[in-house]
Amino acid sequence: MRLKSILLASTLALGGCGGGQEQAPVSYGPIGGETGQELAEVQVLHRGNGTEPQSLDPHRAEGVPSSNILRDLFEGLVAEAPNGELIPGAAESWEISADGLTYTFTIRPDGRWSNGDPVTAFDFEYGLRRSADPNTLSRYSSVLAPIRNARAVIAGELPPEALGVEAVDERTFVIQLEAPTPYLLGLLTHSTCYAVHRGVVEANGTNWSRVETHAGNGAYRLQEWVVQSHIRLARNSHYWDDANTTIDDVRYYAIDNQDAELKRYRADELDITSTIPQKQLKWIRQNLADEFRVTPYLGTYYFGFNTTQPPFVGRPGLRRALSLAVDRDIIAYVVSGAGELPAYSWVPPVRGYEQQVPEEAGWTQAQREAEARRLYAEAGYSAENPLQVEVLYNTSDNHKRVAIALAFMWKQVLGVEASLANQEWKVFLETRKRKEDTQIYRAGWIGDYEDAYTFAQLLESTNEQNDFGYDSPRYDALLAAASAEPDVALRARYLQEAERVLLADHPLMPLYFYVTKRMVKPWVEGYEGNIMDHIYTRHLRILKH
Amino acid sequence: MFRYAIKRVFAAIPTLLILIALAFFMIRAAPGGPFDTEKTLHPEIEAKIRAAYHLDEPLYQQLYRYLQGLAQGDFGPSFQYIDRSVTELIREGFPVSLQLGACAMLLALLVGVTAGGWAALRQNRPSDHAVMAASMTGISIPNFVVGPLLILAFAVHLDWLPAGGWPTEGLLARLPNMVMPVIALALPQIAYIARLTRGSMIEVLRSNFIRMARAQGLAQSTILLRHALKPGLLPVLSYLGPATAAVITGSVVVEQIFGVPGLGRHFVQGALNRDYTLVMGVVVFYGVLIILFNFLVDICYGLLDPRVRQRN
Repeated sequence: MRLKSILLASTLALGGCGGGQEQAPVSYGPIGGETGQELAEVQVLHRGNGTEPQSLDPHRAEGVPSSNILRDLFEGLVAEAPNGELIPGAAESWEISADGLTYTFTIRPDGRWSNGDPVTAFDFEYGLRRSADPNTLSRYSSVLAPIRNARAVIAGELPPEALGVEAVDERTFVIQLEAPTPYLLGLLTHSTCYAVHRGVVEANGTNWSRVETHAGNGAYRLQEWVVQSHIRLARNSHYWDDANTTIDDVRYYAIDNQDAELKRYRADELDITSTIPQKQLKWIRQNLADEFRVTPYLGTYYFGFNTTQPPFVGRPGLRRALSLAVDRDIIAYVVSGAGELPAYSWVPPVRGYEQQVPEEAGWTQAQREAEARRLYAEAGYSAENPLQVEVLYNTSDNHKRVAIALAFMWKQVLGVEASLANQEWKVFLETRKRKEDTQIYRAGWIGDYEDAYTFAQLLESTNEQNDFGYDSPRYDALLAAASAEPDVALRARYLQEAERVLLADHPLMPLYFYVTKRMVKPWVEGYEGNIMDHIYTRHLRILKH
Repeated sequence: MFRYAIKRVFAAIPTLLILIALAFFMIRAAPGGPFDTEKTLHPEIEAKIRAAYHLDEPLYQQLYRYLQGLAQGDFGPSFQYIDRSVTELIREGFPVSLQLGACAMLLALLVGVTAGGWAALRQNRPSDHAVMAASMTGISIPNFVVGPLLILAFAVHLDWLPAGGWPTEGLLARLPNMVMPVIALALPQIAYIARLTRGSMIEVLRSNFIRMARAQGLAQSTILLRHALKPGLLPVLSYLGPATAAVITGSVVVEQIFGVPGLGRHFVQGALNRDYTLVMGVVVFYGVLIILFNFLVDICYGLLDPRVRQRN
């Protein structure tokens, strides 16, 4: 057991019992010693990581908990700085051809696998082909689509060797694209694009990603894996930038109960949490405000309309009425309240894309409500003949609170009679996909890479996840034009125009842009937070405390 | 006795088969599948994944395949934790749940029987009411309230015990981590066992053979320990079989709250993820344990109760 001063315990006790104003950090003594930069002797980082990760094979894994760990175990051609900016990773530099179709990477000479073998261009060639090969059963290979022939390879029509990737020599790696893809570099930070060690994979089959045989080229190597408890990584002494890595040992804890996670954080068993329990938000603000870190996140929380069934089929006016009647300030600031930003558009703020601001964003809520009432009446509804609608959400306290708020606002402003229905997650997904029984449903979309396209493509008529049933030839045409456009500025304009088309049609009702919210101990240095929420352990340090 | 045991084992087989078949069809009847996520799979990949897990075969064939594997002790691959087999998940999770569950049941028995017996002797006195009130509270306050309260008191405020986790550096390192989960698991069991013991002890103490023993002038302690306790514990014993099976296979709530990597979480997480094989594996394992413990209880019955011995 850890030893800790009685002073600290009693201070925490006071803070916890009374819910008073006493700040916990006060009792920790000077963080970082006298200089403020002194490092702790023991460099072990404890990170809360949500649910149990599915796999540590970068090509077969899925979900945020796996990705967080894979980011420490592997390094893509491109990596990210603490603020999310792209920096050289396994490749020390790259060149992009004038037509934007050919990327030539120079692999760094000092890159090493955790078993000491050099990292070469051939590892990336093997890795990307393996990732696209349908026999790998990668659940995420569709993000490789911009690479030449990727779609055909994934569909099993072409062999993996036909994929547009090539190792020219040990240090030169070339990626050919189908069409200019400005977000390609960002995409290469995704685990689907990591290299894997050919020898290890071929010798061990699908079992290679377990503790005994795992090999990666990242700053850490896999040390221990206790299912439903924790995964321990130790420093990879072969990593090229090991000299600038400070933390020796990082432990990822599988804690799916947010209350339990916060308690373990308060007992100093965790340095960083994966999230916070929404119900404790007020308590955290009062007692641990300095350790509460909120960062914009690449995601939009929204409610979708099923545009293929009554009452919403062919009625953008009615959809607009419902959307306008919702006071987003209340949803974002009161119902959620962790720092989420009210959303009137679909694509959250991303680099290289001008955020769309529909006119109603500038109106007062009274103006919005007046317009909503006008449109509602125009659609043929009134106090005597109110719209009856079902709002579907997946079972969760937070979604329930939002759904209740929506129903209340619609009742007050328009007189709509909304009923609430909740379903367990998998049932909900199936109902939503079937597009038969849904009318209005909750959803959220988190971007896979920092580009507007990851949001735009969801509403393409051919997209399998288009649960709205949204089908706009003009929208599809604009997306196709954007995909083929080599000029980055022009491409952005196509996408912006597409979003304007979308926002005018109202197949969905954006409510707020997500934020990541977590607790970070004051002695964790180097935590900045970024829109992708990619936190590399190698950028962090533990100060004396 | 041996013949009786053999008979029981054979009788258990159809029970297990029915259990397997029911679980097999029920989990597949639940809407949504193991590979449904927010991001839809490429149809080609989905087809290949389904084929890899034999989900493309007719149901009866899948069931046959499953039973075949089971006969060889193979529970199949987990659909969710794709690097692991269900056999392995159970092998890793069960010892953890067993350690906690066994400690909790032992504690529950010790405290529960003592408290219940004591209350029975003091029937309708204030101390009896106090014990019964405490046990009623124990039954009615759920784990998910007790657990966090314990953590708040002993981990966050007093800093005596860790708030959660399961160190793997040996039993000694783990002991502090076990205290609170064991208490949280044991509390409702203590309460049940105390109430059961009290009820049946009161009945036994009123029966003729005890009155006879008293008339013979035997010491109170002899009457209690030698004559009353054995028959008094019979209802507790019947309760103990299924209860032990349940407790040693882990509690979802306790494991989640204390971050314990036991079997209990697989029950619920497996069902939520539609991890067919994992759910099946845990159900079958649990089923076998229940049957086993009921069998053990029956044997103990024979040892404790001469009437049962005679009938056999």
